[in-house]
Amino acid sequence: MQVPVSWLQDFVDLTLPVDALAEKLTFAGLEVEDIEYIGLPSAKAGSNKTLAWDREKIFVAQLVEALPHPNADRLKIVRVAYGQGAPVEMVTGAPNIRVGDAGQKVVLALEGSRLYDGHQDGRAIMTLKKSKIRGVESAAMVCSEKELGLSDEHEGILILPDDAPVGTPLADYLGDAILTVKINPNFARAQSVLGVAREVAALTGQTVRLPQTWNTHAVGAPQTAFVEIEIADAQLCQRFSALLIRNVTLKPSPFWMQQRLLRAGMRPINNIVDITNYVMLGYGKPLHAFDYDALLARANGAMPKICVRPARAGEQMQTLDGQQRTFRAHDILVADARGPVGIGGIMGGSETEVSDATKNVLLESAIFDFISIRRTTAEQKLPSEAATRFGRGIPASQNVAPARVAAELMRDLADGAIDPALADNYPAPQPSITVEITTREVARLLGITMPLAEMERILRALDFTVTPLSAEALRVAPPAYRTDVDGADDVLEELVRIYGFEKIPSTLIADALPPLEGNVALEQEEQARDILVDAGLQEIVTYAFTHPAHESQLVPLETAATAFPLPARAYVALENPISAERSVLRQTLLPNMLDIAASNLRHAKRVALFEIGSVFLTRGAGETQPGDLPEDASLPLEPRRLGIVLTGLRHESTWQSAAVELMDFYDLKGIVQELGAGLHVRDLDFVATAHPALHPGRAAELRIGAAAVGVLGELHPLTREKWALPAQAVLVAEFDLEKILAHAETRFIVRTISRYPAIVQDIALLVDENVQAARVEGLIRQTGGALLTDAHLFDVYRGEPLPPGKKSLAYTLTFQALDQVLSDADAAKARAKIVARLARQVGAELRSG
Amino acid sequence: MSESVHELQSRALAQLDAIWDNESVEAWRVEYIGRKGAVNALFEQIGALPKAERGAFGKAANELKNALEAAFQAKVGAIKQRALSEALEAEPLDVTLPGRQPARGHVHPTIQTLREIYKIFGEMGFQVYRTRQVETDMMNFQLLNIPPYHPARDNWSTFYVAGAEEKVLLRTHTSPGQIRAMRAGYPNPVRAILPGMCYRYEQISARYEIQFNQVEGIVVGRHITFGDLKGTLTEFARRMFGARPVRFYGDHFPFTEPSAQMDVRCIICEGKGTDPLCKYTGWLEILGSGMVHPDVLRNGGYDPNEWSGFAFGMGPERITMLKHGIQDIRYFWGNDLRFLEQF
Ligand SMILES: [Zn+2]
Repeated sequence: MQVPVSWLQDFVDLTLPVDALAEKLTFAGLEVEDIEYIGLPSAKAGSNKTLAWDREKIFVAQLVEALPHPNADRLKIVRVAYGQGAPVEMVTGAPNIRVGDAGQKVVLALEGSRLYDGHQDGRAIMTLKKSKIRGVESAAMVCSEKELGLSDEHEGILILPDDAPVGTPLADYLGDAILTVKINPNFARAQSVLGVAREVAALTGQTVRLPQTWNTHAVGAPQTAFVEIEIADAQLCQRFSALLIRNVTLKPSPFWMQQRLLRAGMRPINNIVDITNYVMLGYGKPLHAFDYDALLARANGAMPKICVRPARAGEQMQTLDGQQRTFRAHDILVADARGPVGIGGIMGGSETEVSDATKNVLLESAIFDFISIRRTTAEQKLPSEAATRFGRGIPASQNVAPARVAAELMRDLADGAIDPALADNYPAPQPSITVEITTREVARLLGITMPLAEMERILRALDFTVTPLSAEALRVAPPAYRTDVDGADDVLEELVRIYGFEKIPSTLIADALPPLEGNVALEQEEQARDILVDAGLQEIVTYAFTHPAHESQLVPLETAATAFPLPARAYVALENPISAERSVLRQTLLPNMLDIAASNLRHAKRVALFEIGSVFLTRGAGETQPGDLPEDASLPLEPRRLGIVLTGLRHESTWQSAAVELMDFYDLKGIVQELGAGLHVRDLDFVATAHPALHPGRAAELRIGAAAVGVLGELHPLTREKWALPAQAVLVAEFDLEKILAHAETRFIVRTISRYPAIVQDIALLVDENVQAARVEGLIRQTGGALLTDAHLFDVYRGEPLPPGKKSLAYTLTFQALDQVLSDADAAKARAKIVARLARQVGAELRSG
Repeated sequence: MSESVHELQSRALAQLDAIWDNESVEAWRVEYIGRKGAVNALFEQIGALPKAERGAFGKAANELKNALEAAFQAKVGAIKQRALSEALEAEPLDVTLPGRQPARGHVHPTIQTLREIYKIFGEMGFQVYRTRQVETDMMNFQLLNIPPYHPARDNWSTFYVAGAEEKVLLRTHTSPGQIRAMRAGYPNPVRAILPGMCYRYEQISARYEIQFNQVEGIVVGRHITFGDLKGTLTEFARRMFGARPVRFYGDHFPFTEPSAQMDVRCIICEGKGTDPLCKYTGWLEILGSGMVHPDVLRNGGYDPNEWSGFAFGMGPERITMLKHGIQDIRYFWGNDLRFLEQF
C-alpha cells in the first residue's frame, strides 16, 4: 500500500524525519518496504529514484503576461513573477498557454535547475542552461509534469490551483515522500492512510485528528424514503448502509485530490468515482456509487428495494468492466427485484454504474463476509483494492462514518445535496471483546518484567479501553476499529511490538532438553553423500516435478510393472500444474538427471552425477512408511532414492596425456561397491538382468541378500537417443536408498591381522566363456576357507593361444594363518583343493604355475 | 730434502684443487698416496738419512700423508656432492604447469548449507526431524491457524494434488512439521529442526522457484520465553554469518504470536546501506520467528497454559545466495557443473 506522507499529516503530526518514522513502523510490524521521494532529497544514498527540486531555483510562480514570439508562430514569450525581483522572461511552446493569458499559477525553474528532460524517453536528468530560442534569450523555464517527475505528461506545462502560494519553493508546496507499506493479514486496520496514522500516533505519542462527522455512531433504519435494504443472510452481509446525494455535477476532481490518488497508486477518473476511491484509500472503507436513476428505472419508477443475497446458481450479470459473469451459490450479490446490480464488495454491474449523465448517486457502504469475498475474487479473477480490503475484514461498526465523509466530499466537490436519511440494515452488531492480561503472563512468555503502568500506557496509546483489575492484571477491550484481537496472545503481541523487541534481553534456553536420539537415517544418508563425493561424483538436486511421458521414455509404462525404478503406479498429479511438463511428481530420479547430464555435456567431457531425493508413489493398501501418523494412510509414499549417471572421460586430459578412456559399466560398479564398503553393507550381489531401459548384457540388479534394491547398467542406445546423448556409454543406476541403508552395519566387527608371514601364489584358470567371474571367485573363497585371506583377479584374457569360447582368469591368492607360520606345503595343499573344486564344478583347467 | 716435503704438499694440494672428476682424482691418489706414490717414495728415503734427521723427516712425511689423505677424502666427497647437485639441477620442473587434480565431487551447495545449519543447531541440542512433503490442507494450513480462504493464505501460493478426497497439497513450508514434531514429542519437551523441500506455485524467475528448501525450528518447554528465542537465533546468526549485529522486529505469521523477523547486518556494506544486496537498508532478512501460537501448541498436544515455545523458519538457498553472492535462484536446480564445482 502506498501512503503519501503529505496525506498522513492530515491525520497526525509527524515528530520524526521520514526515514526514522519508516524504521519505527517497520520495527512495530508495519514494514515500510520502500520510500519514494517526490521533489525532496532522499535520506539514503543509492536509493534516490527521483530528482530533488532545488529550493533556491524552483518556485510556485504566476504568469504576468504571454506575448507572441516575433520569429515563431507556435512559441510564446512569457513573463513570470515569483515574488523576488522583476518578473522573469522566457520562451515556451506549451499549448496550454495562449497569447494574452495572465494570472495562471505555474512552476518556474531558474537557470541551473536540475530537471528531467521532457524531450527524451524515460527519465534523463538535464541542467537548465541559458539559451537562445529563435533569436530570443531564455534563461528559465515553466515546467511540465514530466520535467518535474510528477508524471509522464509533457503536452503542456503544469498549471497549479489558483490558491497556490506564489514564491513558495515547489519542494515545500508539492514535495512529498511516499511510503510503500506491507500490510500483513493481522494489520487489516492499517489498510488506509488513517490506519497508518493511528499506528504512527501510538508509536510517537501523538493523537489522531479525525473529521468532525467521524464520531457519529448512528444506526439508521432499513427503510427510508429513497431505498429499502434487505439482507438475506447476516453471515454474508453484516451491515449494509446507503446515503443518497442528489443533483451532483460530474467533472474532474480538484488538483489536490488527483495528486493524492496518483501518489497512492490510483488513476483519477471523475469526481464521484475519485471520491469513493479517496475515501477507501484514506479511511479504509470501500464504497460503491450507484446511478440512483438507473435503479429507479429498473424498479419502473418505484422505490428501489435492494437485497443482499447469495447468487442463484447460473445467475448472470455484466460487470462494469464489460464482462458477462456467471455466479455460483456461494457468491454474494447485491440485487434488486430485477436481478443483480453488483457483486458484493467486488464490482458493480454496468447497468447501474455512474456515468457522465448521472444526476443522483446512491452511495453504498457495506460489510461482506471476507472469506466469501476472497473466494469469489479468486474464482472470478477479480482482484481489486476494494476486494483486498474486504478480504482482510472490516469491522461493521466502521461502516457509516466513511460514507458520511464521502457524501460531504460529493457535496463540496460535486455540488450535491445530501439526503439527511441514512438507510441502514445492521443485523449482526459487532461483538465487543474483552481480554484479561497479567504481568505474570508477560513474564512467562516474554521473559521480562513489564510494569502494569507500562502495559497500560502502551494499550491506551493503541486506543484500547483499559481497566485495572489488580496490581498485576488488566481487563482490556480493543478499539472498535479492530477485530484482530481476541486473546491474551494478541494483546501480548501489541505490548511487545510497541515496547520494542530490542529491549527484550537475549537468554539461552534453560529449560530441560528432550531425550536426544539422533537421526540415524539422515546421518547415514549424509555418509552416503560423502562416499560418493569422494569417489568423484557431483551431487545434483533436480525438480520433483515431471511429466508421465518423460518418465516413460526411460521405461515404457507397459513394462514398468516389472522394471524398477518405475513401479507404474498412478501418478501423484497436480490440480494446478505450473506447466504440462511439470504436471506430476516423479516416480524415478533418472529422467530429470539425464536432462541435467545432457545439458552439461554441452560443455563438459566428464559427467559423473548423483542425486539423493524422494520419489512419490501412490500408496497401496496396507503400505506404510516411517513417521506415518494414522491420518497419513492415504497420502503418497515418499521413499528416498539414490540415482547415479556417469558418462564421458574417466579422467580429464592433462598436458602430459590426452585422455581417451571413457567410463564403462565397471566404473559404475566400482562406485557402487565402494558405497557398499563405505557403508559396511555386506553381501552386495550384482545379478545379470534384462531391463528395457538398459543395454542387453550390460545390466545388473543389485541385491542385498535376497532383497532387490535397484538396478544399474549401461543405458540402451535407443534410450540414450531419446535424451540426445552422444554415442558413448552412459551408465545409470537407481537404488532404493532406504533399503541399502537398512543393511548398513554401524557396528561392524574388525578382522584380526595376522602376525605371521603370508604365502602369495598366482593361478591362471581356463574356463568356458559363460562361467561368471563372481562364481569362480566365490568357489575359490569358499574352498580356501580361513587360510585364504585374499583372492585378487588380476587378469582376464581371451584369444590366441586359447581355444575359442574359452577365457583365462588369473588370480593372486594370499594364504595366511592367524596362529602359525604356514609352510609351502600347507599353501600347496589348499591351492590344490581349490583347483580340484573349480575343475569339478565349473570345468576349470589350470593353465600354468 | 725437508723443503721438498713442503713442496710436495703444496704441489699435490694445488693439483687436487683443480680436479673435479673421478678419473683424475684416482690418478692423483695413485700418484701421491698410492702404494708406489710420491709419499711412499719419501718413506723409502728414510733409511738413507742420517739417524738424527730420521725422526723429524718421518714425522713430516707422516703429516704429509695424513694431510693428503684427508684432502683426498674431502675431494671425493665434494665431487660426489657436486655431481649430485648437477644431476638434480639438470632436470628442473616448471612449477607453474598445472598439477594433476584428482576427480573430486562436491556436495550440492544447498546441502552444504543444510549441514552447517544441522551442526550449529545440533550443538545447541536440536535434533533433525524430517517430515513428509505431500501434506493435507489440515496439516499444512488449518492446524497452523490458517483456515480455508483465510487472508494469510495469500502468502502461500499452493500446488494441490488432483483427485484427492480431502484437500491434499505439496507443503508450502516446513511448518506442518511443527505439528508432527510436537505429536511425536509429547509429553517430552521438543527441540528440533525440520529441513526439507517445499513447493509454491510461482512464476520461476531469478527470485522465485517452484521448489526450495526450508529449515523450520521448534522448541517447546515449560519455561520457554521470547528471550530464549532471541538468544538462540542470535547465536545461530553469529555462527552462520560471523559476529555482526542482528535485529528483531515485528512480523506476522498465523502460527506464532508475537512474531518477529530477524535481520543481520549486511555482509557487503556492513550497515551503510550502499548496495542492492540489502536493498540499501544495511540489513539482510534471514529468518522469521515467533512464540508458538496457543492454538498450535494445543494442536500439537500441549496445554498452552503449561507449556510455551518458539518456532522459526529460514531458507537455506537464500542463505547460500547471500553468503556467496549468487544472484539467481535458478542456479540451484539448473545444476550446471560450472556452478556446482565452485563449492
Ligand atoms: Zn548492504
